[in-house]
Amino acid sequence: MKTITEKLLETISDWKDGFSGAYSIREDGKCAEFRSTDTIRIEPKQDLPGLDIHVAPGTKGETVSIPACVTQGDIDDLVYNDFYIGEGADIIISAGCGVHNDSGEPARHNGIHRFFLAKNSHVLYREKHIGTGGGDGKRSIDPVTSIFLEEGAVMEMDTSQIGGLDDSNRKTNAELAAGSRLTIRERLLTEGNQQAHTDFEVSINGDGAGVDLISRSVARGDSHQSYRSHIIGNAKCTGHSECDAIIPENGTVSAAPELDARNQDASLIHEAAIGKIAGEQLLKLKTLGLTETEAEAKIVEGFLR
Amino acid sequence: MLQLSNISWSIPGGEHILKDINLTFQDGKLTVITGPNGGGKTTLAKLIAGLEQPASGSILLDGKDITHMDITQRAKNGISYAFQQPVRFKGLTVRDLLELAAGFNLQEADLCTLLSKVGLCARDYMDREINSSLSGGEIKRIEIASVLARRTPLMIFDEPEAGIDLWSFSGLIDVFLDARRNLKGSLIIISHQERILSIADEIIVISGGVVTASGPKSAILPGLLSENDGGCDWCSKGPKKGGN
Repeated sequence: MKTITEKLLETISDWKDGFSGAYSIREDGKCAEFRSTDTIRIEPKQDLPGLDIHVAPGTKGETVSIPACVTQGDIDDLVYNDFYIGEGADIIISAGCGVHNDSGEPARHNGIHRFFLAKNSHVLYREKHIGTGGGDGKRSIDPVTSIFLEEGAVMEMDTSQIGGLDDSNRKTNAELAAGSRLTIRERLLTEGNQQAHTDFEVSINGDGAGVDLISRSVARGDSHQSYRSHIIGNAKCTGHSECDAIIPENGTVSAAPELDARNQDASLIHEAAIGKIAGEQLLKLKTLGLTETEAEAKIVEGFLR
Repeated sequence: MLQLSNISWSIPGGEHILKDINLTFQDGKLTVITGPNGGGKTTLAKLIAGLEQPASGSILLDGKDITHMDITQRAKNGISYAFQQPVRFKGLTVRDLLELAAGFNLQEADLCTLLSKVGLCARDYMDREINSSLSGGEIKRIEIASVLARRTPLMIFDEPEAGIDLWSFSGLIDVFLDARRNLKGSLIIISHQERILSIADEIIVISGGVVTASGPKSAILPGLLSENDGGCDWCSKGPKKGGN
């Protein structure tokens, strides 16, 4: 494994000279290492690049790490990973992607992940995306995440893009059965002329199900971000989406939330706020002795945490 | 000691809010500033903390001219200000705010000491975001704790009682009595509350942008309590009944 890969792994995952549970490390479009455990089986797909990951019913407290790293330009990586989570399992999945590019050629990672959660299972899914390197070549990611929750299943997804990526197109869709819950917390930071687009589509199909989408983003410099969410309430359910964005300099953000109630007991709410850092927040931190620059940095750091 | 000399301030391009204010805040004293709403009390506090700059006059802190210092410089020179309407932050936690105020990382025991002073349990609050999930009373207590965490010689609290429920009011009084006992500089509280006025060493009354009375509590408070606060002249004269 390359030194750059190890550095990227430290940033995007819990890697410290290795992983404790099941894992697969993807490097420049190929599987560098992988390991299954007694209850989590990782198998390379036969027909497509990527993995099938099977978590046995009732598995508790285990982790699966599947980071992907692109370490140079002129690589266009496409991977399909499918997760099958057995009934009653409760695990943590850590994904994420680091794109390092010192060349003038583009480098791209496109991860297509599908999650099939059986009844009453619970997954905490964490993914981090970052771009590094000094080359002019474009660094981009286009993650697609599809989530299918059976009755009573719970999925919490923490996703973040913490800088350095020139272009990202993120699509997340989900289908929720009765009593299931989906929480997505998204954090995005763009700078310079970077672009980030995020698109959620969630169909809530069973009574008692609910979704909570929370997106916080900071568009620095001349960067641009767009946010679209479409929550479809087909049952007696709850749906909440919240899009907050800070534009400290000349950044631009457009938000297009859409709520689609197809059942009179569907309770759907959207909140959105876009603007510069609130002047009152800066004033308060200055009264604590921080300079304007320090105050702004703390506000952004907390906002994107 | 804080000295304000000939301080005036106007709304940009408009009304005079403070007119030729001359005040001295002695070290070791708790001064309560009171007076009708809109009289200029909060503006005066903001001028001291540097949130506003005076149109004329000077401000001396322990003999040092701080008139043209910005907010950060004044904070670093030992001034703390608790906002009347505390600010909410998405993402920053109570622990973050108190650590920024203290200037160093706080242990759980420190957080317990600070938050228990304002009637909050550190275990329940230290990791909470300072966002809209906090009630008005909760965020007001956290605001007070943020000033206590700074341990500065000059502390200004702008209507600290606002939003604090009646049951917790005694605790709030204890906070100020404790601060008064350990005071190394001046404690200034803007308040309308009789119980806060009653613990003052000095009372200043500001109305219509001027100081209408100032002096020891024993000289000022009896007069304030006997004043009639009977609303406005127009209502007391009896407006027309039945519309039109």
